[in-house]
Amino acid sequence: MEYTLLIVLLPLLSFLFLGLAGKGLKPRVAGYIGTIVLAIAAGLSYITAWHYFTTAKVDGVFEKWTPLNFRWLNFTEHLHIDLGILLDPIAVMMLVVITTVSLMVHLYSLGYMHGERGFQRYYAFLSLFSFSMLGLVVATNIFQMYIFWELVGVSSYLLIGFYYTKPEAVAASKKAFIVTRFADLGFLIGILLLSFYTGTFSFERLTSGDTSLFAGAEGLSFMGCSVMSWALALIFMGGAGKSAMFPLHVWLPDAMEGPTPVSALIHAATMVVAGVYLVARLFPVYYLEAPDVLVLIAIVGAVTSLYAAIVACVQTDIKRVLAFSTISQIGFMMVGLGVSGLEGHEGLGYMASMFHLFTHAMFKALLFLGAGAIIHAVHSNEMTRMGGLWKHLPITHLTFLVACLAIAGIPPFSGFFSKDEILAATFHFNPVLGAVMSFTAGLTAFYMFRLYYRIFWNKATHHDHAPHEAPGSMTVPLIFLAAVTLVAGFIPFGKFVTSDSADYIIHLDWVVATISVAIAVIAIGLATLFYRKESSIPDRLATTFRGLHAAASQRFYLDEVYLFITKKIIFNGISRPVAWFDHHVVDGTMNGFATLSQRLSGSIRGFQSGQLQQYVMVILLGALLITVLVVFI
Amino acid sequence: MDYSNFIYLKEELSLIAVIVILLLYDIFGSKKSLNYFQPVACLLVGVHLLLTCCPARAALAIFGDTPVADQVNAGVYPLLSGMYNLYPLGSIVKSILAIGTLIVFLQARNWLEGERTIIRRGEFYLITLFTLLGMYFMIAAGNFLLFYLGLELASIPMATLVAFDKFRDRSAEAGAKYILTAIFASGLSLYGISLIYGTTGTLYFTDIPAALTGSALQVMAFVFFFTGLAFKLSLVPFHQWTPDVYEGAPTSVTAYLSVISKGAAAFVLMVILGKVFGPLVEQWQAILFWVIIATITVANLFALRQQNMKRFFAYSSISQAGYIMLGVISGSTLGMASLVYYVLVYMFSNLAAFGVISIIEHRSGKETIDDYNGLYSTNPRLSVVMMIALFSLAGIPPFAGFFSKFFVFAAAVEEGYYWLVFIALLNTVISLYYYLRVVKSMFINKNESAIAGFRSDGYTRLGLVACSAGILLLGLLSVVYGEIHHYSLGW
Repeated sequence: MEYTLLIVLLPLLSFLFLGLAGKGLKPRVAGYIGTIVLAIAAGLSYITAWHYFTTAKVDGVFEKWTPLNFRWLNFTEHLHIDLGILLDPIAVMMLVVITTVSLMVHLYSLGYMHGERGFQRYYAFLSLFSFSMLGLVVATNIFQMYIFWELVGVSSYLLIGFYYTKPEAVAASKKAFIVTRFADLGFLIGILLLSFYTGTFSFERLTSGDTSLFAGAEGLSFMGCSVMSWALALIFMGGAGKSAMFPLHVWLPDAMEGPTPVSALIHAATMVVAGVYLVARLFPVYYLEAPDVLVLIAIVGAVTSLYAAIVACVQTDIKRVLAFSTISQIGFMMVGLGVSGLEGHEGLGYMASMFHLFTHAMFKALLFLGAGAIIHAVHSNEMTRMGGLWKHLPITHLTFLVACLAIAGIPPFSGFFSKDEILAATFHFNPVLGAVMSFTAGLTAFYMFRLYYRIFWNKATHHDHAPHEAPGSMTVPLIFLAAVTLVAGFIPFGKFVTSDSADYIIHLDWVVATISVAIAVIAIGLATLFYRKESSIPDRLATTFRGLHAAASQRFYLDEVYLFITKKIIFNGISRPVAWFDHHVVDGTMNGFATLSQRLSGSIRGFQSGQLQQYVMVILLGALLITVLVVFI
Repeated sequence: MDYSNFIYLKEELSLIAVIVILLLYDIFGSKKSLNYFQPVACLLVGVHLLLTCCPARAALAIFGDTPVADQVNAGVYPLLSGMYNLYPLGSIVKSILAIGTLIVFLQARNWLEGERTIIRRGEFYLITLFTLLGMYFMIAAGNFLLFYLGLELASIPMATLVAFDKFRDRSAEAGAKYILTAIFASGLSLYGISLIYGTTGTLYFTDIPAALTGSALQVMAFVFFFTGLAFKLSLVPFHQWTPDVYEGAPTSVTAYLSVISKGAAAFVLMVILGKVFGPLVEQWQAILFWVIIATITVANLFALRQQNMKRFFAYSSISQAGYIMLGVISGSTLGMASLVYYVLVYMFSNLAAFGVISIIEHRSGKETIDDYNGLYSTNPRLSVVMMIALFSLAGIPPFAGFFSKFFVFAAAVEEGYYWLVFIALLNTVISLYYYLRVVKSMFINKNESAIAGFRSDGYTRLGLVACSAGILLLGLLSVVYGEIHHYSLGW
C-alpha cells in the first residue's frame, strides 16, 4: 500500500514543477501536465479504494491501515508529531471524492480558463490545493491534519484571489483567509488541550475507544463544562470555520469571486467539507467524551442549514445561491453527525452524513460546473441576464436539471437517499429538529427550482450574440458527474462507511421518505408556479413580506454585524490604543536604544588607533587586569 | 616507544602526505602543469577529507583493532604516552576545519591568478595546509608542549599568509602587525604554561587538574595561557589587531583567519578549560562572563560605523566569537555540541560572505559598503548568496545561523546565565541592524554606477553553492546536530 504516498506526492510534484517552470511552458502544456498528474492520482485512488474495500475487512469490521508513518518531531517519549498515511473507510472515500472532483475540475478548466492570464499559475495552485487536501484526509494524527488544514486554507486563499487585479477578489480572499484563520485559532487551542491531557496526537489512539486515555482530564471543568468538552468544542470551531457554519459562514458567499471551477472544487465539494470530515474523524471521541458538544454541533448545523436556505431563496447571483445552498447542505451533514450514535443501528446519522458528503460533492460540483458553463455563455452571474437558455445550452440544461432534482431529494437521484437518511436519523433523535430539517429540505427544493427556472425558462433575455454550448472539455465533466449523480444513490453505502466500521443495512424509512418527497414536490410546484413563466407573484410576495425579504437579501445583516464588531469595537477600541503604545513606547524605546548605540559607537572609536604599541599594551594590561580582578575580588 | 601508535595519527599523517605531494609538485612541476595547482590541491584535500572524515570506528575497523575503536568511541584514547589524544569529537572538528579549508581553496583562484601572486600560488596552499596541520596538533594535544608547538605552527606561517601580497603596503603592514602581536600573545601564553609547570610539576593534561589548588599564581598562569588563545579568537581586550589585519590581508586569507583559525582556537579552548582547568571552573567562568559581554558589545558598537567590508566583517567575527564563547562558558555537553555546531554553521555563513567579497574585490576593486549599492540589479545571484549569509550570521530563521545561536543560548541558559543571554540577545538586535544595512544597500539603495555584472569562475561558484547549501540545510537536517551531540557526550 506504499503507493498511496504517490497519490499525495504527485500533485505536490506537479505544483513544484508548474510553479517553478510554469512560466516557460505553453499554457496548454501546463494544463495537460496538471490534468494528467491528477488523472494518475485519481486512478491510484480508485485502485486504493478497490484494494482497501475488498481486503481490509476482518471479521466484518474494516481495519485501519497505516501504510506509512514516520516520526517527524519528537517532544517526549509519547508526544511526537508524525507524518504518515492512515487508511480507513472515510479516508479512502475522501480520496476518491477529492481526486474525482479535482480531475473533473482540471479537465473543465482547460476549456473554462482558456486564454486567461496566469493559466499556468492557476494549474499550479490547483495542484497545490489537491496535494494539501489529500494530505489532510490521510493524516495519521491531528497535528498533521492541522498542517495540511492550513495549507488548504492558503491554497484556497490563493485561488479565491486568482484574479488579483479585481479588488472584490482580493477582498474576498482576505476575508476567507482571516475568518478561517480565526476559527483555526480555536482549532489549535483545542488540539493543544486534547494532546495535553491525552498525551497523543494519533487518531488511532484517540479513537480506539480507550477511555483511560482521557483519565487525565476527568473531573476537570471550566465554566461549567468539562475540559474535554471545551477542547472538542474548540476543535469543532476550526471545523465550523472551514465548513462555513453559522456564524462563521460569512466568507463563503464572497469566495465566489474566485474562478467558478475553483468554487466547484474547493467551495462546494472538498475543502468546505473538511470540518465535517474532522468531526467524523474524531467521532468516537466526541461521542464518548463530550456528547454535549455533539448536541451543539447538531443545533449549529440545523440553524446554519435553515438560515442559509432562507437567504438562498432571495439571492439573484447564481453562484451565491449555490454558495448558500452549499452552506445549507453542509449544515445537513453536521446535523447528521450531531444526532448519530456510535454502535450498530444507532450510527445511522454518521453513515448518512458521510453518504450525503459523497453525493453532495458530486452534484454540487456538477451544479457549479454547470453554472460555470452558463456564465461562460452569457458573461454574467445575474439571474436577470438569463432566462430561456434551455434551447441554447441543451447539455448544460439537462445535467443541471439532474443535479437540481438530486439536491431537491427526488428519487431515484442520489440526494434523495442520503438526505432522507439524515432526516430519518434526525426524527429519531428529536422530532422538532426533524421537522426543522424537513422544512429546510422543502426550502432547498424551492430555491433550487427557482434558480433552475430563472436560468433556463422564464422570460428570455436578449443577448447580443446567441449563447452557445460550452466546448467538449467542459461538457464531458458535466455528463460524467450527472451520470454519477444518477447512480450514486444505489451504492450500498452502509457496507463501506459506518460509524463502527461494521456493516450497516439501510432500510428506507417509508414514512419519512414519503413526507419529504411530498414536501419537495410541493416546493417544486410552487417554484414552477412562481418562476416557470414570468409572473407577478414573487414581486407581490416580496412587497407583502417586505421586512423579511429585505433582511434575507441582506443575509440578515450579519456582515454588517461583523463590520461593526471589527471596525468599531476592535479597531477603534483596541487596535488604536495598542498601535499608539507600539508607536510611541515600544518604538520609542527601540529608537532610544539605537541612538544610544550610535553615540557610544562614536565615542569609543578613538580606541582603535592603528598603533601596534597600543595594541600590545592593551593585551598586557588586559591580562593583568583580569588576573587582579579574579584574584582579589 | 611503540611505533604502531602512529597508525592512529591518520589525520595528521594524511595531511602531511598531502603537503609533501604538493611541495614536490610545486618544486618539480613544469610551468604548464602548475596551472592545475588549484584543482590538484582541492582534490588532494578532498581525498584527505574523505579518508579521515569518518569518525574513528570505521577507520579503525579497517585495522581490525576493535577494542581500540570501542575505547575511542567511548571517550579519549591517549597515544604516544599521553602526548596525543584520539577522540571522536576531535576528529569531527578536524574534518570541519578541512572542509572550510577546501572552500577557501576553491575561492582563492581569482586572487592567486593575479600577476604578482601567480608565481607563488603553490606557496599559498602549502602554507595554509601547514597552519591547518598546526591546528590538528592543537586539537589532538594531550600535553602543553605539543599544544604550544601546534599553536606556533598555526601562527607563524599565518603571518606569511597575511603578508602574502608583500608588494601591497597594507598587506605587508598587516603581516607585521600580526606577527608582532602574535609573538607577544604567544609569549604570554608560554609564560603562563611555564608557570603552570612550575606550580604543578607536569605538562600532561591528565595530571594537571589534581595539582591545581587555585592559588593566585596559578590563576595568573591560567590568565596568561588564556591570552594566547583569546588573541587567536580575538576576544576583547585582545582583539585590536583584528580589523587592521583583516583589512590588510588578502581576502582569502582573511576568510581563513576568521573561520578556520578561530574555530580551532574555540574548540581547543573549551577542551582545555574543561579537561585541564576543571578545578578553576569558578574563576574561568567569571572571566569568560565579562569577556563575553565586552566582546559582543564592543565589537557590535564598532561594527555599526564601519564602511569597509572587510573591517566590518572583522568586527562581526569578533562578536561571533563572543557568541561561540557562550557555549564554552557552560562547560556542559550541550555547550560542547552547540560550540561545534556553531563553528560549522559560522564557517559556511562567513565563507559565503567572504567568497562574495573576494570575487567582487577582485573583479571591481571595490570593498566599501556603499560600493555594494544596487548590487542586486547587476549581480542578483551573488546578492542573494550574500543576503542568506548575512541572515544566517544575524540568526534569522530558517537559516542555519538561527539554530546555532539558539543552541548556544540554550547551553548558557541551562547553566543559569540568564543575564548573559539577555545581553547577548540585545546585542543580536544591534547586529541585525548592521547586517541588514548591507542587505539594504544591495537590494534597496539605488546606484547609477553599480558594480558591473560579471560571471564568476566555476571554482568560486562551487564554493558559494556549497556554502549556501550548508546555510540552508544545516538547520533543517536535525541529524547533523544530533550526530555532533552524540559524539559530544563525555568529551
